[in-house]
Amino acid sequence: MVRAAPLVKVENLTIKYHTPEGEITALQDISFGVMPGEFISIVGPSGCGKSTLLNALAGLLKPASGKITIMDQPVKGPTPLVGYMPQSDQLFGWRTIYKNVLLGLEVQNKLTPETKAYAKNLLEKYGLKDFMQARPNQLSGGMRQRVALIRTLAINPEILLLDEAFSALDYQTRLIVADEVKQIINEEHKTAILVTHDIAEAISMADRVMVLTRRPGRIKNIHPIELTCSVRTPIKCREAPEFRYYFNLIWKELDIHVA
Amino acid sequence: MSPERSFPGISPDHLRYLNEQKAYKNKVLLFQILLLVASIAFWEVATRLHWIDPFIFSSPSRVVHTLLSMHHQGNLYYHIGITLYETTAGFILGTIIGTVIAVILWWSDFLAKVLDPYLVVLNSLPKIALGPIIIVWFGAGATAIIVVALLISVIVTILGVYNGFAQVDPDKVKLLKTFGATRLQVLQKVILPASIPTIIAALKINVGLSWVGVIVGEFLVSRAGLGYLIVYGGQVFRLDLVMTSVIILSIAAALMYQGVVYLEKLFTR
Ligand SMILES: Nc1ncnc2c1ncn2[C@@H]1O[C@H](COP(=O)(O)OP(=O)(O)OP(=O)(O)O)[C@@H](O)[C@H]1O
Ligand SMILES: [Mg+2]
Repeated sequence: MVRAAPLVKVENLTIKYHTPEGEITALQDISFGVMPGEFISIVGPSGCGKSTLLNALAGLLKPASGKITIMDQPVKGPTPLVGYMPQSDQLFGWRTIYKNVLLGLEVQNKLTPETKAYAKNLLEKYGLKDFMQARPNQLSGGMRQRVALIRTLAINPEILLLDEAFSALDYQTRLIVADEVKQIINEEHKTAILVTHDIAEAISMADRVMVLTRRPGRIKNIHPIELTCSVRTPIKCREAPEFRYYFNLIWKELDIHVA
Repeated sequence: MSPERSFPGISPDHLRYLNEQKAYKNKVLLFQILLLVASIAFWEVATRLHWIDPFIFSSPSRVVHTLLSMHHQGNLYYHIGITLYETTAGFILGTIIGTVIAVILWWSDFLAKVLDPYLVVLNSLPKIALGPIIIVWFGAGATAIIVVALLISVIVTILGVYNGFAQVDPDKVKLLKTFGATRLQVLQKVILPASIPTIIAALKINVGLSWVGVIVGEFLVSRAGLGYLIVYGGQVFRLDLVMTSVIILSIAAALMYQGVVYLEKLFTR
């Protein structure tokens, strides 16, 4: 197998926020690469800069120093190569499911018969055909999250950014949705970066887990995850014998103190 | 399906509950009608028996008589029409102009910051006080009255709609930005559609404010309309005319409000 070049390259990235109260260094000297098709989870203490990192990858923030390249193009602003999935589904109640899915294409002036067919096909493929004309409030939380993912996939991005994308769901739904999302991402051959507070979720979904330090966020470690499980779905992977080991390792690294 | 269910999916218990609800609603409606009938009857009896003076309190039969004579003279519809036109123009213009200014303020944070103290002052100022100035500027006619009505509602609309824009979930805006949306697209695709309920709420408030503006405007201009009839009737001591106009006014205002409620149902499903 030929060793491919990284899809995403982050080099010495430092990001600061300026407020009247002062300057906050959110991220300091972050460097890593993401291979095509890879799934990376990011965990770290609250406020360590995880969302900041995703915002920078999405082109919404200017770095203080360092650079980000995606497919050898420097990131200067939002690009169609990147699809962002917010914390709660953020479906628009005034649009039908189908129109919600077309939102990104509409904004990017890419509504053509082909792109519409692609979006429609995604909805059909992932069991939402009968709900195309429904409104978001007629769907369950899990289905809404699936629609949100398809809305992101409809612009056909190379890389997906998920910022605590399942945290608004109840525990059972969350497990199922994580399974579905992982399966869809695999099937569509996408690369993904997931930010989460849930260590088990991070391990069960990812090829590698990145642990960030307290603010200013630096990379503490990046752990390749090797789990032996017959079916590689997040729920099944939680039963792998190595799971505990990774969990304890990352738990210790997060250095969480319960006062 | 179990045999005791007469309708599929509705149990006898639920049926009883539904019937009780319906009976209760009917009872409320019945008492509402009774209250109205009793008040009118009492008003009529009290004036007939001279418990109160029919000359200054008028009476239902005198109101009906006035209504009929105005109907025959034909000027009833002229005055109602004028007032309806001024009110409708006032609240529609107030809502549209207010929303447009709110959009401009949303667009330019700088302008919003600069204008903030002026809006606060204008908001607390009783706009009616500007009535005489408006009449001098726009002439004593329908235009001045519409401007007074508009002025009363426009500042409230600007503040309400602008705050509504600010309350749109920032994550929705962020989502659009990740798609590379321009500011205009953010406005079109998120801010405005998400604010439809806020704009309709403003419209609802403006209907009431516009009535106030128009009636006061007509008091001042004294040319035509229900407000004019009320002032004129008061001046020449024709309380029948005053009462008749007030009753027409309350019916018209209630109907117009219901119209906006209907509009709300149409737009916010
Ligand atoms: N717009 C902003 N202006 C100023 N400071 C900010 C801004 N956004 C974030 N910060 C600060 O930067 C730091 C990193 O924020 P960020 O949202 O990236 O953290 P996070 O790791 O995603 O946290 P959480 O786990 O709570 O989601 C925090 O201390 C936060 O207070
Ligand atoms: Mg965050």
